[in-house]
Amino acid sequence: MTQLALVIDLNVCVGCHACVTSCKQWNTSGPAGYMSDDNPYDKDPTGTFFNRVQTFEVGNYPNTETVHFPKSCLHCEDPPCVPVCPTGASYKRESDGIVLVDYDKCIGCKYCSWACPYGMREIDEHQKVMKKCTLCVDRIYDTSLPEAERKPACVMACPTNARLFGDVHDPESEVSLAIRERGGYPLMPEWGTKPANHYLPRRKTRITIHEDELTRADNPLKKERKQAPHTIEGPTLDDSTMW
Amino acid sequence: MHPAFSVIFLTTLSGVGQGLFLALVTAQSYAAVGFIELENPSAFFGIGSLIALLFLAAGLFASFFHLGHPERAWRSIARWRTSWLSREVIVLPLFMGVVFIYGVLHYFGWDPNVLGVSNPLQGQLSLLVGLVGTVICFALFVCTAMIYACIKFLQEWHTPLTVANYILLGTASGFTLATAYAAIQAPHLTTLYAVWAVIITLSALVTRVWSLLRNRRIQYKSSLRTAVGISHSNIVQKSQGFMAGSFNTREFFHGAPRQVFLAIKWAFLVLVFPVPLLLLAAGMGSSAVAVLLAAFLVQYAGLIAERWFFFAQANHPQNLYYQTVG
Repeated sequence: MTQLALVIDLNVCVGCHACVTSCKQWNTSGPAGYMSDDNPYDKDPTGTFFNRVQTFEVGNYPNTETVHFPKSCLHCEDPPCVPVCPTGASYKRESDGIVLVDYDKCIGCKYCSWACPYGMREIDEHQKVMKKCTLCVDRIYDTSLPEAERKPACVMACPTNARLFGDVHDPESEVSLAIRERGGYPLMPEWGTKPANHYLPRRKTRITIHEDELTRADNPLKKERKQAPHTIEGPTLDDSTMW
Repeated sequence: MHPAFSVIFLTTLSGVGQGLFLALVTAQSYAAVGFIELENPSAFFGIGSLIALLFLAAGLFASFFHLGHPERAWRSIARWRTSWLSREVIVLPLFMGVVFIYGVLHYFGWDPNVLGVSNPLQGQLSLLVGLVGTVICFALFVCTAMIYACIKFLQEWHTPLTVANYILLGTASGFTLATAYAAIQAPHLTTLYAVWAVIITLSALVTRVWSLLRNRRIQYKSSLRTAVGISHSNIVQKSQGFMAGSFNTREFFHGAPRQVFLAIKWAFLVLVFPVPLLLLAAGMGSSAVAVLLAAFLVQYAGLIAERWFFFAQANHPQNLYYQTVG
């Protein structure tokens, strides 16, 4: 079983929205038809997007941290949006685990969007069908593209390489390694949807320096000269360590 | 959630039609075992079925306005194995068919004695159709309610009380209408229907208030911590990714001010329960058509408010991602 998915590294995402615009560009030009917009250059612009980047502030001032959070369909392994669809337009592919909507069968009842706890589905207000991230299914299998480009548009566009793409069921894939070794986690695990997309947490690199690591009590380079009196009381690192 | 009037009218109108049909079958069952006498049953049941059918058809008509592609609605019978919506789409026309047959059998008096018992049972084929219709009627109530109750993360809806409320509120409005209808068509049945309407309305009051109390103390399983996956007690959204609205900000918020939201709750609590109960009590003795019709109209108006509140109260976890424009 293959389960294609994205792994998004929140530690390096800078919130540039390149994945949003490249997603919109690729998918609005695709064979499935445009993604409609209303008032794009006017008051209250609105439109259909498969991907959004949101921003959260974590912590209490002044110890706050800005987290940019790209948000697209998680291609759940147990997608709650699929069984509720009355027509079968919403389906999960067995071959690669991508959750898709058949735009020719969708009746636009919006029930699947109610059944997605993440709010990842958006109705196209003009085509009147439900739309969602396809993981660029029209791109990743396109043999006319160079192999290195057979990736979702958002992955290609990310300047900081925050988006990894691959098979999360293959334990040796880049995405599985990232999830395993860098603490990848799913969103809202409480609903048992088993999202295939994972997020990599923010990481802190800290070093701990003690005072006696900064001050040499007896400097061997100046051993012949007169030693400055010790300012540190008690045993120091120099008493126990070979430098 | 954003309350869509198409769905509000679908669920309330079909609830009235279903309740009215149950009321007709109730009277026929009483008559079959000799509890009551019926005068001119063919007109009473025939026209009653027609009224029920009109309500169901109006509900079905309203439902089409909910669809982006109504011309593809026939496709929605495909996934009945998994989708309660698909099941409802199958059961609603099926029920309308049974109500139609029930009305036709009565109106034209085609009522052969299929059970081979003549006393005290009478009208046996139509009675059998009525009982089959009753089962389908309850199946339709369950399908309609389960569309909402089966979504586990809409915690206000994910309770058996949702199913109880749909059954009892629909049946109550149908019996109230049946009381007014009986006052016109068969005045000697008015008291029977009025008593049942009062009993069912009181039962609905119990379950609806119960669900309101339950939803007041609801503990949401999702929070920004699980939605974003960061373990901190203070997470504030600074941007939802766009400056204006989107489907996510329109479909999952009711958009009404807090005062309006609370006013609608109190409006339905008054209009669905005490007012119709008083009007039923006032009108049942004298079979006053105007009073009983008013009881139905008030209760139906209250049910529209009730359904609006039912949708508006549900808090979708996706709203966690859409709290700040920016």
